[in-house]
Amino acid sequence: MKETTSTKESLTAAEQQLSSKQLQRRNFLKLAGAGAAGVAFLGMVGCSKDDDNGPDQGGDGLYFGSGDIAILNYAYALEQLEAAFYIELANKPYSGISDWERTLFTDIRDHEIAHREFFKAALGTNAITNLEFNFSAVNFSSRDSVLATAKTFEDLGVSAYNGAGWLIKNEAYLGLAGKIVSVEARHAALVRDLISNGSFANSEVVDSNGLDVSKSPTMVLQAAAPFIKSKVDVRDLPTY
Amino acid sequence: MNLFNIFDSITQVDPEFNERVSPRRDAIRNMMSFGKKVSLAAMPFVLSDLFKRAYGQTPTDVNGVLNYALTLEYLEAEYYTIGASTSGLVPTGAPAGAIATIRDHEVAHVAFLKQVLGSNAVDKPTFDFTAGGAFANVFSNYDTFLALAQAFEDTGVRAYKGQAGILKGNQVVLTAALQIHSVEARHASHIRQMRRARGGAAANMKPWITGANDSGIGAAVDPIYAGEDEKVQAGVDITTLNGVSGKISTAAATQSFDEPLAATAVLNIAGLFIK
Repeated sequence: MKETTSTKESLTAAEQQLSSKQLQRRNFLKLAGAGAAGVAFLGMVGCSKDDDNGPDQGGDGLYFGSGDIAILNYAYALEQLEAAFYIELANKPYSGISDWERTLFTDIRDHEIAHREFFKAALGTNAITNLEFNFSAVNFSSRDSVLATAKTFEDLGVSAYNGAGWLIKNEAYLGLAGKIVSVEARHAALVRDLISNGSFANSEVVDSNGLDVSKSPTMVLQAAAPFIKSKVDVRDLPTY
Repeated sequence: MNLFNIFDSITQVDPEFNERVSPRRDAIRNMMSFGKKVSLAAMPFVLSDLFKRAYGQTPTDVNGVLNYALTLEYLEAEYYTIGASTSGLVPTGAPAGAIATIRDHEVAHVAFLKQVLGSNAVDKPTFDFTAGGAFANVFSNYDTFLALAQAFEDTGVRAYKGQAGILKGNQVVLTAALQIHSVEARHASHIRQMRRARGGAAANMKPWITGANDSGIGAAVDPIYAGEDEKVQAGVDITTLNGVSGKISTAAATQSFDEPLAATAVLNIAGLFIK
């Protein structure tokens, strides 16, 4: 319990730091091209109200914040995406779904909701609002289509946490990312095995050094873009 | 087979056991010199002596973390190498294929960490996967082999997680550690599915960890899963959050976050298999 209390204090401390970080945002803006250049789907140019407190409500996208807050919102966005997908899957199970698969996907849905709601609670007023998604490319009645999409999301989630870890300044946040990423990896392995038993960690995702995939926030957002309807403003999201 | 209860006795005999942290560069070498076979009956005393030397390995810097990781990877690599090459142990087909895949990753992790550490790399300890006879049939009984494999993988996931703080901000080393960490989690997920397919005590095994010990192995592995029943994250009780119908269940709350394990606890577990 002592540990969780100190974590809570860290969250508050980081939130307090946020306002000073926001003061610096004007300077960040001059460099904005650097961080967000590769993110094609962001209609962020000319975004206004940058010096207000809290997320940008009136500009061209949901503002993620900067520093660790931006990374937490980035994780929150990915968890929103996964949760929305698995809620849809559970509501419209594909034809021929087995009882065991139904149990597993209900579990996974609840894990992603737990992650989503956790980030929402932890971010408090810094949390972005609910994103809207576009799953029109998914045929929810087809097992193949659903599993292929689940595989994409889970492998992407693993690569996202792996790639963002070193950008996180606060040790408690890093610890939380670590607690979540291995659960995503357990999901990824399972979904892969449902598609083809034994593919849980094949050479698509594990290299010759035995290392899993790692992707920068920019790369991950590009991959997720086709599924995200809402405009997001990630100009201050740390990336590389 | 309450082997791990032995540790309770040790901490009673040596109250500072868990508190003391004294990094010693040559602790691994000391452990290696501890070569003689021990009978299970003698273990409480012998283990106490062993850990007085072994727990010095608690990492405090980047190289310490890497050597700590290397020690665990040595253990896993040798375990799967022996398992895969023991005829009649792992059924041919999908099981043998999966064990070979995992073995290749663990061997690659050893090579990778040794390359990163260069001359700072610790030597491979001498392992005893029977843990002094407690798991005498580890390489002759497939279910025992899988049960210990699950224990190693779930421990490995927790071990890497526990060291992330020391590597904070280090693009190269933290990222590599995370990349190994998630591969261990993929392995754990698959081994758990393999155990479920075997039925018996593992018939309800899921790819993720539910509560404080869902291994089906019994109290012997309680230390491996201690704390996995945590449902409060960063001050947020996950079971108070809204799920699809009602609140998030306690089971889902514990499954959705894997917990770290401190180095002393990991070394206590790994130490059972180091001669």
